Amino acid sequence: MSDVMIDARDLTKNYGTVAALKDASFQVNRGEVVGFLGPNGAGKTTTMKILTCFIAPSEGTAQVGGADIFEDPIAVREVIGYLPENTPLYTEMLVLEYLEFVGKMRGLRGAGLQARLRRVVEETSLGEVIGKSIGELSKGFRQRVGLAQALIHEPPVLILDEPMSGLDPNQASEIRELIREIGRERTIILSTHNLAEVQVTCGRVMIISQGRIVADDTPEELLARAGKQRFIATLKQNGHGAAEIREAFGVIGDAQSVKEQEGSVPGELLVEIVPKGNQDLRAEIFQAAVSAKLVLLGLEQRGENLEDIFRQLTTSDAGARS
Amino acid sequence: MKNILTIGDRQFRSYFNGPVAYIVISIILLMLGFFFWHTFFLYGLASNREMFVWLGRILVFWLPPLTMGLLAEEKRTGTIELLITMPVTEAQVIVGKFVGVLALYVVLLLLTLPYPLSVSTLGNLDWGPVWGGYLGLLLQGSAILAIGLMASSWTSNQLIALFVALTLSGFFWVLDKMLALLPTSAASALQWLAFDYHFQNMARGVIDLRDVLFFVSVTVFALAVAFRALESRRWS
Repeated sequence: MSDVMIDARDLTKNYGTVAALKDASFQVNRGEVVGFLGPNGAGKTTTMKILTCFIAPSEGTAQVGGADIFEDPIAVREVIGYLPENTPLYTEMLVLEYLEFVGKMRGLRGAGLQARLRRVVEETSLGEVIGKSIGELSKGFRQRVGLAQALIHEPPVLILDEPMSGLDPNQASEIRELIREIGRERTIILSTHNLAEVQVTCGRVMIISQGRIVADDTPEELLARAGKQRFIATLKQNGHGAAEIREAFGVIGDAQSVKEQEGSVPGELLVEIVPKGNQDLRAEIFQAAVSAKLVLLGLEQRGENLEDIFRQLTTSDAGARS
Repeated sequence: MKNILTIGDRQFRSYFNGPVAYIVISIILLMLGFFFWHTFFLYGLASNREMFVWLGRILVFWLPPLTMGLLAEEKRTGTIELLITMPVTEAQVIVGKFVGVLALYVVLLLLTLPYPLSVSTLGNLDWGPVWGGYLGLLLQGSAILAIGLMASSWTSNQLIALFVALTLSGFFWVLDKMLALLPTSAASALQWLAFDYHFQNMARGVIDLRDVLFFVSVTVFALAVAFRALESRRWS
């Protein structure tokens, strides 16, 4: 097996006349943790369902662990541990009973099955609820059962569809920690809306919008690519007009634009100053304010975050295909 | 084969975790008890025939509740996605589900064994028709269960699956009861499609290969349709 664990080529999926996915091509290597990011209906779940052979693409194909999704779907499924959206589980079963069932379906028997059960229960900290019925569990524990069933056969590839949605912050951070732990030795694709999560968990981000992959890079690279510094100055509103303020800060040579920002508190004035390059203008802004006799209440430096990039790429038409 | 048994085993056990199987089995046994004993002593005969007649009728309407959720509920809750993305084929899923509900049905049939046993203590029971009757019940039941599984594969709503299954199995049961209204040529063709026509032969203790083949064919056909329905999801 080569190092390319997932190789998707020109995946297209049409539901009737609606294209859920258009020519999506990507490769994921062994040991990578990739985050699929995109608004609802962007095609994240469709991509995952295609990779797990739950649905077939209308065009294109993919290989997972060297096996083709059309030619050998069983081999593909053997390589993958899958957690679908909303963690569908047999709620009437006991946790242990359920994990045993999944283990048997994965071809484990006897002592081997018991050993793997012990291992995943430990990994996902399910010990205290092992004898409970799944229906009684909290969302966080259910999520862990979902992860445990995906891990039981030690799959080299994990596909997790929104593993952290619907969890409270504590549960989410536990699951995140768990995924990071698991991700040390495995290839993982996970989808999410939560950008902070991707920054923490994933080494690579794919942003999907309207069925297309519009960005594919490390979170750091994405930030650097779009990351433009801005400075927000808060001034005391002493009846200064917009023109006056522009003039006051216009003296800064490296400032590309000066404009008033909306959302000011009464009595205050927010001014956004964007530098031409990546210069730090804080000192100049302070000097300019002093010489124009403006009272500076606050000065803040803001970089763009993933959220801004995400919004840019997924809302504007210009963002399509990069 | 292992996969089929694992799926069947899970399905079989899950019946005992919910109320449906207990309720359905209780109702079937209560109805059988009522209909069987309230005429039994009138005949003054040590015959078990009436049990098969009544059970044959009751099961047509009380087996579909056991199959309504088989696939519909898995589709509604999404568990079907986890099941299918394990290394199994669609055919194994269908046959496994069928084996699971068939096992429950066999348990139900075993629970009726006290009837022939107690009749045999009252007089000289001829066991030939009893085994024939059980074989008939097993075969007719398989066909009804397979039809129910097929109906369950068409929808994610258990109630719709139930009504479709009831309609279909009710139709095949009632078919030979309305033949007087039809011209003879049509009547004999339709009679051949009627469950009761084939079942009554067996309940008399006559095992005709054609009756066996009829029920087996219906079962296989319904399972094949369910397989296609499950598989079609990939290409939709």
